Amino acid sequence: MRITAEGLSWLASGTPVVRGVGLDIAPGETVGLLGPNGSGKSSLLRCLAGLRVPDAGTVRYDGLPVRDWSARRIARRIAFVEQDSGLDTDLRVADVVGLGRTPFRDRLHGPDATDRAVVAAALDRVGLTALAGRSWRGLSGGERQRAHIARALAQQPYGLLLDEPTNHLDVRHRLELMELLAGTGQTVLVALHDLTLAARYCDRLLLMHHGRLIASGPPAAVLTTEHLAGIFEVDAELATDALGRPAVCYRGPLRPAVPASATATPPEPAPAPAPRPVSTLREGTS
Amino acid sequence: MSADPGTVDLLLPAARDVRVDGAPSRRVRAGRAGGPARTGLFLAGVLVLAVSVAAGTRIGAADVGWTDLGRVLGARLGLGTEPLPPLLDSLVWDLRLPRVLMAALVGASLAVCGTVLQAVTRNALADPYLLGVSSGASAGAVIAAVLPLALAGPGAGALGVTGGALVGALLSFGLLLALLRRTGLDSVRIALTGVVVGQLFTALTSLVLMASADADTTRALTHWLLGSMAPARWDAVAVCALVTPLGLAAAWLCANSLDGLAFGADTAASLGIGVRRTRMLLLVVTAVLTSVAVATVGAIGFVGLIVPHGVRLLVGPLHRVLLPHAALAGAVFLVWTDALARVAFAPREIPVGVITALLGVPLFLVVLRRKGEL
Repeated sequence: MRITAEGLSWLASGTPVVRGVGLDIAPGETVGLLGPNGSGKSSLLRCLAGLRVPDAGTVRYDGLPVRDWSARRIARRIAFVEQDSGLDTDLRVADVVGLGRTPFRDRLHGPDATDRAVVAAALDRVGLTALAGRSWRGLSGGERQRAHIARALAQQPYGLLLDEPTNHLDVRHRLELMELLAGTGQTVLVALHDLTLAARYCDRLLLMHHGRLIASGPPAAVLTTEHLAGIFEVDAELATDALGRPAVCYRGPLRPAVPASATATPPEPAPAPAPRPVSTLREGTS
Repeated sequence: MSADPGTVDLLLPAARDVRVDGAPSRRVRAGRAGGPARTGLFLAGVLVLAVSVAAGTRIGAADVGWTDLGRVLGARLGLGTEPLPPLLDSLVWDLRLPRVLMAALVGASLAVCGTVLQAVTRNALADPYLLGVSSGASAGAVIAAVLPLALAGPGAGALGVTGGALVGALLSFGLLLALLRRTGLDSVRIALTGVVVGQLFTALTSLVLMASADADTTRALTHWLLGSMAPARWDAVAVCALVTPLGLAAAWLCANSLDGLAFGADTAASLGIGVRRTRMLLLVVTAVLTSVAVATVGAIGFVGLIVPHGVRLLVGPLHRVLLPHAALAGAVFLVWTDALARVAFAPREIPVGVITALLGVPLFLVVLRRKGEL
């Protein structure tokens, strides 16, 4: 599925978080979304997943604008995995993965044989089959993250949007997860903090800063020492791995640590916050 | 970590039309009872409820035998059995039976409301009164009892309390919705706003009680405020019997969505759930169910808190299964606690709300311990 956006903007409490983003992700492409904290990656992903109504611009799946689509129609096209909130629930792992079947079930029906087979396949794909009957409470952070991925896969989606899915994972599971995502053959847009991991597995990288998309291209074109210094504010060198992909070797943060008091006071008084427009207050899609 | 080559990859969208017949090759379900066993449990629950209602009707200050019960029902339902003496007949038909049926309806209603609100607010401590509806009902009832609104004829006093309670409950819910208007109806905001609305109406209740009620009115109202089945009559049962099944059905239709809400609004919406619409519908359903219950029998505590937790331990957290079982368990629980309230200190009757709290606290501790949270 091709995911495109034109002139996408989204405001939170009157503050622009996503500013005029345009992108075009080809079917089957695995794209990494990079940027420092607060650069608008999560908000952009939520706009693309139909969870936020953009204040300007259009999101299209295969050329069709999704603005008026129901949540269910979107859920049958695309799966979204957010950062694990660490929430406890009494659900079992298989139940959580089974939630991925929600868009295909009507109100009166529980899981059927197909649902169970798909859930089993999804658990198998992320290596959690042995934990199917376990309570969510007993899972480690990494197991939860993989269960969320399995839940997304159980949606049989045409596209996957993931917000830092490798957060809680150890090295082996990070590599396995990225291999899994790149190997689905589906359109994948994944926000990542691990730059080397992104360069290793993504066909293309997008770089965000202050809500704008400022670079897009193959890993070697996006991961440059200028971007690392200017955007991520780190001093780093770039090496090339065995596959010809860039790998980042950090020397340290670019700016020396400044006392908190020096950065806490802005040079000029902040302007009064603008009144909250109604359109930004919607939560989810209703 | 990968699918077998040569077979259809079930996780690809292309496999959506692939139907899998029968049981999956790998048994994912483990631990809890499967479909047929659950149906059996539900039917057993229905049977227990029926027996409880019949048995509950026998229990009270005046003991009623099985044959007496049969004779009353037979005569009243036109089966031609010989009626009981008028006094006993009236006791069973006009007082005992509506009371027991009301207990079953209210118990089911409270348990389901608690289950739903625990999921909607993602708060294990949520109960049907979290929305402040019971405080609104109390304020309404107290104002109706104190102000001479219903002066016409005998029985108008009780009707005034019920009517006032219903109006108060709906007013407080209206205020809650007004405060939540234009918000995303997120879990924490619902809970906090409900608490604030509840506090406001509780203060109002105290104010009216302290300022204008005489000792007799205060005493009568205290009984109601603690929650008592004594005012249940056929008219209240009729209203409940009409509203409760509709509310329970509406909640049950949202069962799949309730499961999806477990991980918050964004994940739920990404699963195709209309989050705001679902939350709004469920708030209205629980408010109406609670209002109808509270208006007649007062705010009976703990049923809506412990029954959902207990039943979750038994049948698991999936709402398609949880909701019907919670309804049954709530009904049975309240029928028996009310029977206990009638006989424990006979001839004096204890408000059932006191009994549910006394039993509820230790039961809640047991549930928490079983869940490993204490």
